[in-house]
Amino acid sequence: MPQNQLKKKFRLGEVIAEKVVTIVAFFSLAMITLIFVFVFRETLPIFYGADAEASSVPAQIEQQETYGGEGVQEVAMQSKTSSHDTEGIASIDNLTGTTWQPVSGKPKFGIVPLVLGSLKVSLIAVLFAVPIAILAALFTSSFAPKWAKELMKPAIEILAGIPSVVIGFFALIVLASLIQNIFGYQYRLNAFVGGVALSFAVIPIIYSITEDAISRVPGSLTEASLALGASKWETAIYVVLPAATPGIFAAVLLGIGRAFGETMIVLMATGNAAMLSASLFEPVRTMSATIGAEMAEVVFGETHYNVLFLIGSILFLFTFVLNAIAELFVRQRMMKKFQGI
Amino acid sequence: MKKTTISILAVIIGLVSFGFAPNGEIITVKGSDTMVILAQRWAENYMSSHPDVTIQVTGGGSGTGISALINGTTDICDASRPMKQSEREKLKLRFNTLGVEIKSARDGLAVYVQESNPVKELTLQQLKEIYTGKITNWKQVGGSDAKIILYSRENNSGTYVYFKDNVLEGEDYAASAQNMPGTAAVVNAVSKDKNGIGYGGAAYGKGIRFVKIKRDADSPAYEPNKESVMSGNYPISRFLYMYTRSKPTGALKDYIDWILSSEGQTVVSTVGYFPVK
Repeated sequence: MPQNQLKKKFRLGEVIAEKVVTIVAFFSLAMITLIFVFVFRETLPIFYGADAEASSVPAQIEQQETYGGEGVQEVAMQSKTSSHDTEGIASIDNLTGTTWQPVSGKPKFGIVPLVLGSLKVSLIAVLFAVPIAILAALFTSSFAPKWAKELMKPAIEILAGIPSVVIGFFALIVLASLIQNIFGYQYRLNAFVGGVALSFAVIPIIYSITEDAISRVPGSLTEASLALGASKWETAIYVVLPAATPGIFAAVLLGIGRAFGETMIVLMATGNAAMLSASLFEPVRTMSATIGAEMAEVVFGETHYNVLFLIGSILFLFTFVLNAIAELFVRQRMMKKFQGI
Repeated sequence: MKKTTISILAVIIGLVSFGFAPNGEIITVKGSDTMVILAQRWAENYMSSHPDVTIQVTGGGSGTGISALINGTTDICDASRPMKQSEREKLKLRFNTLGVEIKSARDGLAVYVQESNPVKELTLQQLKEIYTGKITNWKQVGGSDAKIILYSRENNSGTYVYFKDNVLEGEDYAASAQNMPGTAAVVNAVSKDKNGIGYGGAAYGKGIRFVKIKRDADSPAYEPNKESVMSGNYPISRFLYMYTRSKPTGALKDYIDWILSSEGQTVVSTVGYFPVK
């Protein structure tokens, strides 16, 4: 019975392959959970254990050894004792304050300007990106001749592939001067420049998901509309676009998520001053840029370190909620409402 | 077929591991980004005359370097600021030593404005008031009637901390001070902003001008250069440090002695910093 044996062997391989795929899938799920748990665990000391730790460290000051210092002339302003050896206290009052001065004699961890900064820059980016990306997607899927479509799609996909540090550098050197010359405001680097630069990163995301959504609109709808005498433009605006609304909504939400989490572009282009102001043309400091800039040199286990993780948790929750809305709400509810097909 | 693949793999792995195989002593150096070019230059020069020693240099920042020293993953830590008390306590908990501080070079912290800016000199007091937000217009320090745009470094930088401790005397920076990721970014921003002011190492500069600094209103103003920094006349200068866990011995001691020798200190001058003695 050689044939029978062959069949059995084949099935064994199949079972193994299936198990491997399952394990890999669950592995990525486990990774996300672990990251989630890790980020939150590092946040916890803000709310617990902070005072217990403070009392356990004895306040002894001993002289540090030096080496090779003979004949080195001390200069008048040398080595003043660092003014910020004290660890800050992250009370709720301090965290909800409006000053972000984490390296200070009295550290101030007010995250309000950072949250507002993130929202401001993301809003500007999305306001720029949404019309451009949706209109571009509508053009390529409904109006563009074949050659234009074949040119535009890869071009925008290449835009998605540009490393964000390159976009940031471009904004820092070129875009900032350009926009300043047009508007003539005082601060060269500001929320507006950052938002415009950020929209370069958001456009490809919104574009490609919107494009998918539009091309998934059943051909029967377009054909029916055209057959009833509607023009190409009327069909696109009144039939195709509404039918694709759930997908476009999801695209916009994912775009906001990307804008919110993007670090390098805002770090380079927004000026990074944690100031509270309603003006679009003043510098801002975003949450992601704050983590990106400060995490590398923070003293591990200090309050500042924990507060950075708290900001990370907020970012994580925000993008998580956005993605969840995009997935659940849009897929389940809006699909039914708009696509009663 | 399989055999050839395996043998090729074996050869590659062999070559790679041979390539990485250290010959003799390895010294790892990690820390301050301000010092990374200097540290690399030291390492290159030292290795060419001492082929039996391998020195690996990485940046990351003063805080990162000190953490690595505490975690035991580096032999030498470069830092552009002195170690904090809390960091020394952590080192003591781990290795029961307080660390050894080696002053390895001197840096003059320059204050930059754009070339077209009419302000030529500032006192330390004026500089402090500008950066804490008490002076907000160039007119108040003898310039044109325009708002002062402040450029600062990120708060993870040793330079930020030094400037805050010694020029601002511990006070907070004004909220409108823009934090730039690196000295080059500060220089670039100031060179494009006619109302901007920034600070950073004296080694940088194109499109910008150094402001002469006076200790107080009556004393003479100095630009950061070798004489003014070495003599202590230039008021904003600092040491660049190296830290080891315990008193250096063996190859480590030879390397540090070489850095402090006139040969090592010549390298300091070529990179744009100033020798310690």
